[in-house]
Amino acid sequence: MIEARDLEQTYLSGGRPLTVLRQINVAIAPREFVAVMGPSGSGKTTLLGLLAGLDRPSRGIVRLDGEDLGSLSEDARARLRAEKVGFVFQTFQLMPTLTALENVLVPLELRGGANGAAAEARARHLLGRVGLGDRLDHYPAQLSGGEQQRVGVARAFAAEPKVLLADEPTGSLDADTGRAVIDLLVELNRDAGTTLVLVTHDPALAARAGRVIRLAGGAIVADTRTEGS
Amino acid sequence: MRLPFALTLAWRDSRGSRRRLALYLGSVSLGVAALVAINSFGANVATSVHAQARTLLGADLELRARAPFPDSVETVLDSVRRTGVPLARVTSFASMVLAPRTGRTRLVEVRAVAGDFPFYGTVATEPPGLWNTFRSARAVLVDPAVLVYLGARVGDTLHIGDARFVAAGVVTGAPGDAGLWTAIGPRVFLPAQYLAETNLLRFGSLAQYRAYFQLPEDVVQRFLNRHNALFQRYSIGNETVAEQEEDLTRTLGRLARYLGLVGLVALLLGGLGVGSAVNVFVGEKLDSAALLRCLGARQRTVLAVYLLQAVALGLVGAGAGVVLGVLVQAVLPMVLGGLLPLDVSVTLQWSPIVAGLGIGVGTAALFALPPLLRLQAVSPLRALRRELDGGGRATRLWRLAVYGALCAGLLALSLWQAPRRQVGFAFAGAVLVTTGLLWVTARSLMWTMRRWFPRRASYVVRQGIANLFRPRNQTTAVILAIGFGVFLIATLYVVQRNLLDQLALDSRPDRPNLVFFDVQTDQRDGVAQVIAAHGVSALGITPIVPARIALLNGRPTDSLTADSLHRVPSRWAVQREYRHTYRDTLVSSERLTAGAWWKASTPQRAGALPRISVEEELAAELGVRVGDRITWNVQGVLVETQIASLRQVSWARFEPNFFVVFEPGVLERAPQTLVLLAREADATRRAELQRDVVLAYANVVSIDLTLVQQAVDRLVSKVTLAIRFMALFSIASGLVILVGALAASRLQRIREAVLLKTIGARARQVRRIFLTEYCAWGALAALTGVLLATVAGWALVTQLFELRFRLPTLALLGVWATVVGLVAAVGVANSRAALAKTPLAVLRELSE
Repeated sequence: MIEARDLEQTYLSGGRPLTVLRQINVAIAPREFVAVMGPSGSGKTTLLGLLAGLDRPSRGIVRLDGEDLGSLSEDARARLRAEKVGFVFQTFQLMPTLTALENVLVPLELRGGANGAAAEARARHLLGRVGLGDRLDHYPAQLSGGEQQRVGVARAFAAEPKVLLADEPTGSLDADTGRAVIDLLVELNRDAGTTLVLVTHDPALAARAGRVIRLAGGAIVADTRTEGS
Repeated sequence: MRLPFALTLAWRDSRGSRRRLALYLGSVSLGVAALVAINSFGANVATSVHAQARTLLGADLELRARAPFPDSVETVLDSVRRTGVPLARVTSFASMVLAPRTGRTRLVEVRAVAGDFPFYGTVATEPPGLWNTFRSARAVLVDPAVLVYLGARVGDTLHIGDARFVAAGVVTGAPGDAGLWTAIGPRVFLPAQYLAETNLLRFGSLAQYRAYFQLPEDVVQRFLNRHNALFQRYSIGNETVAEQEEDLTRTLGRLARYLGLVGLVALLLGGLGVGSAVNVFVGEKLDSAALLRCLGARQRTVLAVYLLQAVALGLVGAGAGVVLGVLVQAVLPMVLGGLLPLDVSVTLQWSPIVAGLGIGVGTAALFALPPLLRLQAVSPLRALRRELDGGGRATRLWRLAVYGALCAGLLALSLWQAPRRQVGFAFAGAVLVTTGLLWVTARSLMWTMRRWFPRRASYVVRQGIANLFRPRNQTTAVILAIGFGVFLIATLYVVQRNLLDQLALDSRPDRPNLVFFDVQTDQRDGVAQVIAAHGVSALGITPIVPARIALLNGRPTDSLTADSLHRVPSRWAVQREYRHTYRDTLVSSERLTAGAWWKASTPQRAGALPRISVEEELAAELGVRVGDRITWNVQGVLVETQIASLRQVSWARFEPNFFVVFEPGVLERAPQTLVLLAREADATRRAELQRDVVLAYANVVSIDLTLVQQAVDRLVSKVTLAIRFMALFSIASGLVILVGALAASRLQRIREAVLLKTIGARARQVRRIFLTEYCAWGALAALTGVLLATVAGWALVTQLFELRFRLPTLALLGVWATVVGLVAAVGVANSRAALAKTPLAVLRELSE
């Protein structure tokens, strides 16, 4: 489903090149649940961004569902994301000006083709699944952190993506709330058969994944398969 | 890009900020209002002129000449009259009128009317209905100003030349009258059959002879074509209803268009405000834009979402502007009143309204685009990595395209509004240059303030100044916008003051303030005696000799105008009647630019041509140089002359100035009239002297220059009032932008105030910090405007008007102080909310 070969990412930092990722070779199969771990600055988030085509790698190739992201334009990559990738962010990243329902609708509307009523029914259904069926018309500012992230999870699944990328989804939440969100994420992932790549600091969370990739200094230092949950 | 989605999202996304954004985009409202108002007014003028054209002329055709119609023309007029065509005559000339009861005199325009003029429209009189009856007796009708100046009333006897008339009533309204003009040159209407009794039309008198016809439209043109050659030969001009309509529409339309350019400045300032506000808005929306990109929105979709918001709010702003403009339009006739020769009816004009809406939206969109490009270019990675400064930078191509569009938009607007293409280009250029200069001035003032501000000033003041440079500040935009308004108004003021000051009569005793015209040569000593008897000092006698050009370098003038090989001299310069003088010295308003002046000590050698000195611009019109020959027709006698020198003449002085000066010894025996100059400081004694000269020599016209000056003052004030009225829109735009900038920084301000209060600042100190900031804003903005106005005013006064420049320092200081006060007041009024909140309430609000 996702394949990275000889991936390298270099940024200019204070005029000097700073290599954030080097020699990344990884292949992720459909329906796999992969946790990416590593200390701060090890390149986890950059890797996630490159896998989603948010930037072009300095070197190497990324394939998403068979398509070479390097050969696509910005807009083509955006279209690909709209069709195949869902996101969950550490800081929730809801549009502050949209209600919960409208936030969940955004990916459906971006993908297009959906008829309005069906899209809305799906968004309502998802919000119901995450336990926010009675807060559809609330704005992000009126929701607690855990509730906001649940909206984020509902949004991530809205367009039935093949790949779901999560960047420390529990990083801004307290332990109990975080666990509840992860339960949701895993449950929905299982039901939908999505490929899930999750960046986290939390060993307990990583333990639930079927595979753990460890990064240090921008390189993969371990790639282990576990039983998972 | 899927428009429906972009539309929906734009609509939803704007929810939180609509009110605040509407305020930003309201900055285009005032500009749109100014344009809609002035262009609606222009359109109304055209409609009104069209509806009243026939009435404005009073007839279907007017023939006019500077001399009585020659017999051949009179024969034509006779034959026309015999076919039953109504014909009327009006002879007009300047003369003194004296009211014996009060002993006061006044220079007036005498109009001797014969026939049923006007054929269209009516002349309103008080008592009513006199226009058709007063001519049966020795009676006159006068403009109200005549009675005011003379201290006379209806029923009084008035002396005009050698004749006596009863003032039967006043003319309260005649077609084609502009209020201001009739006050400056008030008229006396008298029955033509008594004109001869006045003995006023003598040699050298300036008079206009007009004949009016009532003819069907098609006949007018045929008549003119048939007699074209005859009319040309005797320099008889004509005016038809169509021409009159065209002239008036063009003249007044041009006035409206020039005023519209001043309004355009307000609109462009509004655009600047939009750009600055959208810049702040973009800063808040970078995260959302990055998220949308991350979720798979294309760049175009993201741009569309935010551009649509700008366009929609631009539409709202423009709509508000249209409404305001339509209201202001109703006020314009009052502002321009007195300058207009007709009643302008106020009706809704659709094309300026539609244009205003389009221009408002276009301006908002164009000025919003450059900052919005940052949103379009934001990296989706920002959604993951906040530390990545989302200062997305659009590609060079995009930026080039957007700034190109902005410049093209400015040019298109200027060309559309300007009366002529060159003016449009010049205006667009001037706006760019002025904006650039204002920007440079504003930035250097800001830099200076930051760099040199006393470190030992109290904390409150230092903090206030530092606030000007807080992140995402709009200081430059505010200074630019208010500065531009101040610049317009201050420049106008500087120029007006310099013009009026220098037209003001010098108080030096050698400067004349009384002028006696049309003095015949045999009256010279008599008039001088009357002047001397009043103890008034005569300041010189200037002879005036009328003449026309007969040959230029030996070639007849009619062949010159038809010649295509040489540079064709202008028709006006060749055909006009000149008034020459002769003397052996240059006067103070003249400066030699080429050749040599003749000296009394070096008499002309025998056989050489008489020498003349020609004003340099006339020389250019005629295409002649030093050494060229001009043959003059002086009352039938041909006098060949040679150009000895060229002069520059400062026409702005109230002194007799001449295009052509002869050397002495040539024209002394030619028929001539004299101009006598005198000075008397006391107004009453001036009036007495004028009265006694008129009593003794009725044909002599005298002018009290202080009255002329007052009239010029009034006219200049009226014109500058109209310009200033339009410039006010710029100041108002600046204030709206100020309010917008304050609203944009409201949250920041609340945070600052709370933080300061939390760490122990008293409300008064916080207030003072803000007040310092506003005062600094106003001070910098006004200083920017005033500095540039000084430079522009100096350039206009010395280069365009060629006058000495004096800086009205005190008045400019006043302008500066007013603007500072205004800005501070608006600022304080708008930040009360920021100060009212308690720290805890805000901290909770912010932590949510």
